Amino acid sequence: MHSHDAPVAHQFDDAGQQQEAVTLGMWLFLAQEILFFGGLFLTYAVYRSLYPEAYAAASHELDITLGGINTAVLITSSLTMAMAVHSAHAGRRKAILGWLVATLALGGAFLGIKAVEYAAKFEHHLFPGPHFQFPDPALAAPARIYYSLYFAMTGMHALHMVIGFGILLWLIWLTARGRITAQRAAPVEMTGLYWHFVDIVWIFLFPLLYLIGRHG
Amino acid sequence: MTTTHSGRARNYLNAAYTLRSWLTTLDHKRIGILYLISITLFFFLGGAFAVLLRVELLTPRADLVQADTYNKLFTMHGMVMIFLFLIPSIPAVLGNFLIPLMIGARDLAFPRLNLLSWYVFIVGGVFLLLSVILGGVDTGWTFYTPYSSTYSNSHVALAAIGVFITGFSSILTGLNFIVTIHKMRAPGLTWFRLPLFVWAHYATSLIQVLGTPIIAITIVLVGLERIFGMGIFDPKLGGDPVLFQHLFWFYSHPAVYIMILPSMGVISELITCFSRKRVYGYRFIAFSSLAIAVFGFLVWGHHMFVSSQSAYAGMVFSVLSYLVAIPSAIKVFNWTATLYRGSVGFRTPMLYAFGFLGLFTIGGLTGLFLANMGLDVHLHDTYFVVAHFHYIMVGGAIMGYLGGMHFWWPKITGRMYPEALSKFAALVVFVGFNLTFFPQFLLGFEGMPRRYHVYDPGFQVLNVMSTAGASILGVGYLIPMGYFLWSLRYGPVATANPWGAKGLEWQTSSPPPTDNFERTPVVTEEAYTYPRSEVELA
Repeated sequence: MHSHDAPVAHQFDDAGQQQEAVTLGMWLFLAQEILFFGGLFLTYAVYRSLYPEAYAAASHELDITLGGINTAVLITSSLTMAMAVHSAHAGRRKAILGWLVATLALGGAFLGIKAVEYAAKFEHHLFPGPHFQFPDPALAAPARIYYSLYFAMTGMHALHMVIGFGILLWLIWLTARGRITAQRAAPVEMTGLYWHFVDIVWIFLFPLLYLIGRHG
Repeated sequence: MTTTHSGRARNYLNAAYTLRSWLTTLDHKRIGILYLISITLFFFLGGAFAVLLRVELLTPRADLVQADTYNKLFTMHGMVMIFLFLIPSIPAVLGNFLIPLMIGARDLAFPRLNLLSWYVFIVGGVFLLLSVILGGVDTGWTFYTPYSSTYSNSHVALAAIGVFITGFSSILTGLNFIVTIHKMRAPGLTWFRLPLFVWAHYATSLIQVLGTPIIAITIVLVGLERIFGMGIFDPKLGGDPVLFQHLFWFYSHPAVYIMILPSMGVISELITCFSRKRVYGYRFIAFSSLAIAVFGFLVWGHHMFVSSQSAYAGMVFSVLSYLVAIPSAIKVFNWTATLYRGSVGFRTPMLYAFGFLGLFTIGGLTGLFLANMGLDVHLHDTYFVVAHFHYIMVGGAIMGYLGGMHFWWPKITGRMYPEALSKFAALVVFVGFNLTFFPQFLLGFEGMPRRYHVYDPGFQVLNVMSTAGASILGVGYLIPMGYFLWSLRYGPVATANPWGAKGLEWQTSSPPPTDNFERTPVVTEEAYTYPRSEVELA
């Protein structure tokens, strides 16, 4: 319905075909993203089953308060992103701009908090590398693997957020120039899918990394 | 201006002449040509490494190179051939060029993404080339840890970045094909009217999209391990190097099907066209492509029978690996049945198709030897394995590629190649190939290990035969290179449909106009409605 007189690229017959193609393409892209992160989750699972104690001990060194706040921040950014998509369908330019900027700000807050957490890990010699030290020397080697995966997984997640930043800035520019309308909402919609995906990855990362051994 | 100096109609080749028009083109046909030029260069580079390997193996001693150099040569041969030639080969060149034509579309769904994937490919290729120029990599194309992640002093990081980047080119191409095949088909072109070439590419694209990200992240982990010493693959730090093998082969076994499935798609087209008969068992061939793609994801463990994998896991992987033989055999039987009572024409593309049938069958059957756990313990890491996968990748994939290049050359360039010379070249390739690789089955069976530059003098006769064959094979590849270039200027002008073939790509002019068709075609019948149908023969 929102594709009534959208401009259609020359390879497509009509706006409906274009919209379907773009949507399918985005979902396929997300499918490959799942596999990409899947390799990390698998590695995480293998070593967790090999070294459950080290995982639990290493997990306790993470700052659960900051992690929890960050989870809330990120979920809120998904809400503002969803509102941006909603406004785009309605064609309300100022609302789109506002929600996009809010999403950008919340994403920035997430990365800022993440940076504080990273800095603390470096200070405590928990970054895997030649200076790595762990309070319990008996668990040092597997804890180092845990922290390798912690940095690899959250780092890859953060990289995806940085890419998301670029896309959001581009969207803000498009919107400001009046290039996003109810008929041309696809860019906002597709960015929304991407942003929610990155959010969902964190929803898995948070319990897997921060909450080990805290249940019961 | 609607005609050119040669008086020919506007087409995608004469639409513009500047270099800029090529480097910024969004036309899938021109992007196919960009790929063709790049992968041809990479093919001859990879071939040059092969020449050096075979020359060294003429004698049992280290004459030409020492062990270190030899390690780099076989590594670079494998990496260039696999990542820069075989994986892009048929999909990126013929698939890019033909899929929109075959489904009656004006272009792929995402033309910009298509051009981007070529640039990504080139950037990845540059990184791999840099690693060669700076001194090479010696890990083998498989990057096995912990050697690659901790110990190797060669340019592993550069090569890994190259492989990582080319992977994204492959993912983007696959994604583009899947969306195009789903959403861009001409009116009336239902799934079961699609050419089998398109089905094969659909299956290939699924593997590209779902498999490639795994090797991407695995390579990232190897890189991080190298830089920071993370310990994930380092047994000294509690890591498990075999986990790398699982992750690596989860992509790299299906990657074999990325190389062979498109070739199977080509063969389906060639055999039905030159038998003048509807392909036998259309749906079985279509679904066998999907079956190969699905099974292909479940067999990676057969590379690890001797890598500390449990015997039970090995048994499961062994059985699953045997299963791949079923859809593969369905294809071979159906192609053979298509020939039966067909009106078989022995044109050059068909010679390659015959070559494919025999060589792929040998490659496939010897794969069953290796899927057998007991036999594999004896044959693992011997020349038997080398011979087996070259029968699939060279005897299968490259035969199909060359057959396809001859078949669609008139469509791509508007020119015919010289018939007699090309038949001779096909014969040279076939003879050269068998002389190169059949002796390697015998060498491997007798126990000659792969990846060594010196060997027991008892193996010399067979090695000399193999090197002689490689020389012949090299000539066989150079001849088509020569006459294809020659034909661009001097070849007879091709008609729209020189083979009398079915399929939408033959209904438009040769070479096609930029928008492919004057008006969107409407499809009203099945694929391959050649005069001799199964119904008439029944």
